[in-house]
Amino acid sequence: MAARRCLSSVLLFILCTFSVFTITRCQETTLAGDNGAAAGDSSPADTEAAEQTVEQTRWEATEVTEAIPDEAAADKQDSAAPETVAPSFTPPPKDDFQEELVIRPLHSGDIYASFQFRTLWQTDFTRENKVSHYGLFPKSLGQIISKFSVRELHISFTQGYWRTMQWGQPFQPSPPGAELWVWFQDSVTDVDGTWKELANVLSGIFCASLNFIDSTNTVQPSASFKPLGIANVTDHQFLRYATLPREIVCTENLTPWKKLLPCGTKAGLAVLLKSEKLFHSSFYSQAVHIRPVCEDWQCKTTSWELRQTLNVVFDLHTSGQGKREWSLFKMFSRTLTEACPLASTSKIYIDVTDNPQGEQFELSPFTALLTQAVVLGDRRTYSVYDLTQQITFGSVRSLNLLIRWKSSEGDMLRPLLHAERYVAGYGLQTGEIHTLMYNNHPYRSFPVLLLDSVPWYLRLYIHTLTVTSKGKDNKPSYIHYQPSKDRVRPHLLEMLVQLPPNSVTEVTVEFERALLKWTEYTPDPNHGFYVGSSVISALVPSIVAMDTNRTWESPLFSSFFPCKEESSYFVRIYTEPLLVNLPTPDFSMPYNVICLTCTVVAVGYGSLYNLLTRSFQIEEPSPGLAKRLANIIRKMRGVPPL
Amino acid sequence: MAAPLTLLLLVAVTIRAALFRSCLTDLIAERVEVVSPLTAWKRVVEGLALLDLGVSPYSGDVFHETPLIIYLFHFVVDYAEVTFMLADVITAVALYMAVKDYNKQVFRKQKFALEADRYPLDCLELIRSPKEMYYIPLKVAMFYLLNPFTILSCVAKSTCGLNNAVIALFILSTIRGNVLLSAVFLSLSTYQSIYPLTLCAPALLYLMQRQYIPVNFRRASFWWFITEYAFMYLGSLSVIVCLSFFLLGSWDYLPSVYGFILSVPDLTPNIGLFWYFFAEMFEHFRLFFLCVFQINVFFYTIPLSIKLKEHPVFLIFMQLAVISIFKSYPTVGDIALYMSFLPVWSHLHRFLRNIFLVSCVLLACSALFPVLWHLWIYAGSANSNFYYAITLLFNVAQILLVSDYFYAFLRREHHLTYGLYLKRKDGSEATLILK
Repeated sequence: MAARRCLSSVLLFILCTFSVFTITRCQETTLAGDNGAAAGDSSPADTEAAEQTVEQTRWEATEVTEAIPDEAAADKQDSAAPETVAPSFTPPPKDDFQEELVIRPLHSGDIYASFQFRTLWQTDFTRENKVSHYGLFPKSLGQIISKFSVRELHISFTQGYWRTMQWGQPFQPSPPGAELWVWFQDSVTDVDGTWKELANVLSGIFCASLNFIDSTNTVQPSASFKPLGIANVTDHQFLRYATLPREIVCTENLTPWKKLLPCGTKAGLAVLLKSEKLFHSSFYSQAVHIRPVCEDWQCKTTSWELRQTLNVVFDLHTSGQGKREWSLFKMFSRTLTEACPLASTSKIYIDVTDNPQGEQFELSPFTALLTQAVVLGDRRTYSVYDLTQQITFGSVRSLNLLIRWKSSEGDMLRPLLHAERYVAGYGLQTGEIHTLMYNNHPYRSFPVLLLDSVPWYLRLYIHTLTVTSKGKDNKPSYIHYQPSKDRVRPHLLEMLVQLPPNSVTEVTVEFERALLKWTEYTPDPNHGFYVGSSVISALVPSIVAMDTNRTWESPLFSSFFPCKEESSYFVRIYTEPLLVNLPTPDFSMPYNVICLTCTVVAVGYGSLYNLLTRSFQIEEPSPGLAKRLANIIRKMRGVPPL
Repeated sequence: MAAPLTLLLLVAVTIRAALFRSCLTDLIAERVEVVSPLTAWKRVVEGLALLDLGVSPYSGDVFHETPLIIYLFHFVVDYAEVTFMLADVITAVALYMAVKDYNKQVFRKQKFALEADRYPLDCLELIRSPKEMYYIPLKVAMFYLLNPFTILSCVAKSTCGLNNAVIALFILSTIRGNVLLSAVFLSLSTYQSIYPLTLCAPALLYLMQRQYIPVNFRRASFWWFITEYAFMYLGSLSVIVCLSFFLLGSWDYLPSVYGFILSVPDLTPNIGLFWYFFAEMFEHFRLFFLCVFQINVFFYTIPLSIKLKEHPVFLIFMQLAVISIFKSYPTVGDIALYMSFLPVWSHLHRFLRNIFLVSCVLLACSALFPVLWHLWIYAGSANSNFYYAITLLFNVAQILLVSDYFYAFLRREHHLTYGLYLKRKDGSEATLILK
């Protein structure tokens, strides 16, 4: 096996400067496995066809190098650069727009589609005179940046929960509901006031309930949320983080999001974003990320980057009528006819890593372009459709990608880091939050940062915090705990925990459920209260071998989290939100309660008052009514009374 | 008398030690009747854990003990069980000694009155004999130590036991006539929970009675004594408060302890009247009713002191009862303290009107608390109204109990002045009524 790999590497180095050896490795491993399977099927013709495909792919890889020789050459120049956030090969224009769609067929049979739209603008929102001429960058967001002195803004709206164990890691993780985190410039004096105002403005822009963000669900994480762009501020007092796990995401949130795009939904990839299809899915997440990034690798000039991402997972078993077949039209009820004319690049990537010779699914129309990217520590191979090339659309002038599954086999590589969370205990008095973190790496341990923000009405008892892995106590090396204040702020718990290799680490903490005032309950109090996802941030050891020779153009989806070293990659995981029941008072009887309690107090007051003010006297029986009447008559008659 | 007391203490400690070792400890420590947010041991441990993490325990809303309690348990947290048993023993012994002294004085006064022929002739039945008074101190200690409420409170490690010990020491030093110690313990108990402040009235009355200072607003000696006591009280209170400040280096504990007691933000169910009332309160009336309910606790001090100025120890009993009924976070430990005084008033039994009914209601409620709690919280087959109804009934029973004792006390005093068998003008047997 190793010999074959060396052989193929040598061959490929002669052929091209692209490091395609992993692909071939993957191909050969899967090929070897599938050959066996094919042999089991006893169809020699199939095997032959597969071998032919391999030949073809190799040839196509060569073609890629020839198709984009200037880019490859440019890449070679700054291959020495240790780390670049943004691609740095061409002199950047003043503003720039890129769009792309990544489609990954998932092993569960679902389809993951991830849209990314990036607008780069070389401007300075913080300078004295206001920026007033907007090109591609949406004015509404630009005004927010300058008005609220925002350094970084990340907002996401998610419907559904990302199932890491079935789907692997998403490109942009997001918790169910709405999430907003913002780094402010260090010139902001009243951070809390600005934050509240910003949340209200964003609430208006995105038609969401972000105005429910207040001090009771806002925290200042000390370590989990570092700036993703260039930053000289790391003082976390300028950071605010809030989640609204109950937020329901729907069309009214998508429409304003689409309006931020330079082409709107008129052209380009955004024509696919039809809400009636998008919301008929297992998972839907839309996000906006604004951050300052470097224009070149020396960071001489900076520009503002607006990334709009939209991730959606379609469940084909419900919509495909049992047939495992997928096309752009079936998913989005649209086909593509052109790229956005304003976009400098417009591409569709289809993950074909698990399908090197098309034995799992068949892709049509066929594309010659292949690319590779290291994303989330894994080197993946993608078929590329460049929408700026007319040839992509073929003779019918429309692109309708079609994937037809051939077999439903194949197993997914288990994600190295995986987490889940649940509430244990019964009754409405106390409970216990269990967070399980799985490290599936066979031999390496790595530290993770766990962030928990728990509302005040679940009173956490930090002395009951236990962290155990492999049955042993695993003391966190760093704990940042901020206890809650009733009706003012939530609990914030951040921990740095070392996860031993191939283990499950369990974090448990007990809590007590508070009885709230009757006006503080939600309209459906017996539904329960949501507790936002805990956030696990980690540098996970990469599967890909150490390779600093970056000679390929990295697509957008792989360059979101800046990655300092190739041996490990940053990953953020959100656990399930919790739904916790609280004891409820009887909402129908405030008057009764007020009356009854006041009666009891009055009984106490009255009986003491009685004894305090009155004195003992001998009871003189009062005469009866008849006697009194008789006495009155006798008095009138002038006779002595009885 | 020392031998039965020692035996009693041994029995009490054994029961507690056995319960501490049993599996019931955790169950009892979670009961909302036994621990309140102010006194729960779990919260003390949480405060210590927060201190260990370098977080001020008062920055959150879980810990509401005073800094001295943290300081105490910082050292004795490993011996917490012993500390709580010791607190109960101290309370019982202090009450025992206090009641013994008090009984001596009662007997002496009665002797003087008899010698001065101040009692009507037919009141001889009401005169207390040394024989019946002999076992009263022991009964008091027994009522405190063997009361299931005290035992539960101790096993749950509710810091209510410590507050009770401070109050018992205050009563002892007052009855012994030690002005300084009385002021110091009163300030300590005020510092622990604001409400014992009202006990300063009976303390002043008793100490003045003891020093033969007439309660007369025109006398300089009266004002001088009040100033003296207030000076000692405020002096020791400020020393304690400043000491707490220096222990933690911040004044955060003031809003967190006293603000918490007064503004009742935590509506965890308990046996009091506050939780459901303020859970169901309309927001704009909240402050008004909060003031009304808190003033209600302090309100009775002045009229009761006027009415009972000759009987400060009964006034102490009344005040303790009023506090434990109307305070914002009552627990059964508070009830146990005033109930331990009931044997002192055993001579009032012939005048009690509804003691049978009240004791039945109290017993039934005590049994129903856990049942209805289970139905509401665990089984889900009842709702909060069930538990609330029982707290109402329990409080009505307590109010009736206290007012009954007050009635009986006043009536006995009336009889001691006017004779036991009163006649009407026409010579027939009269009935006494309040008018």
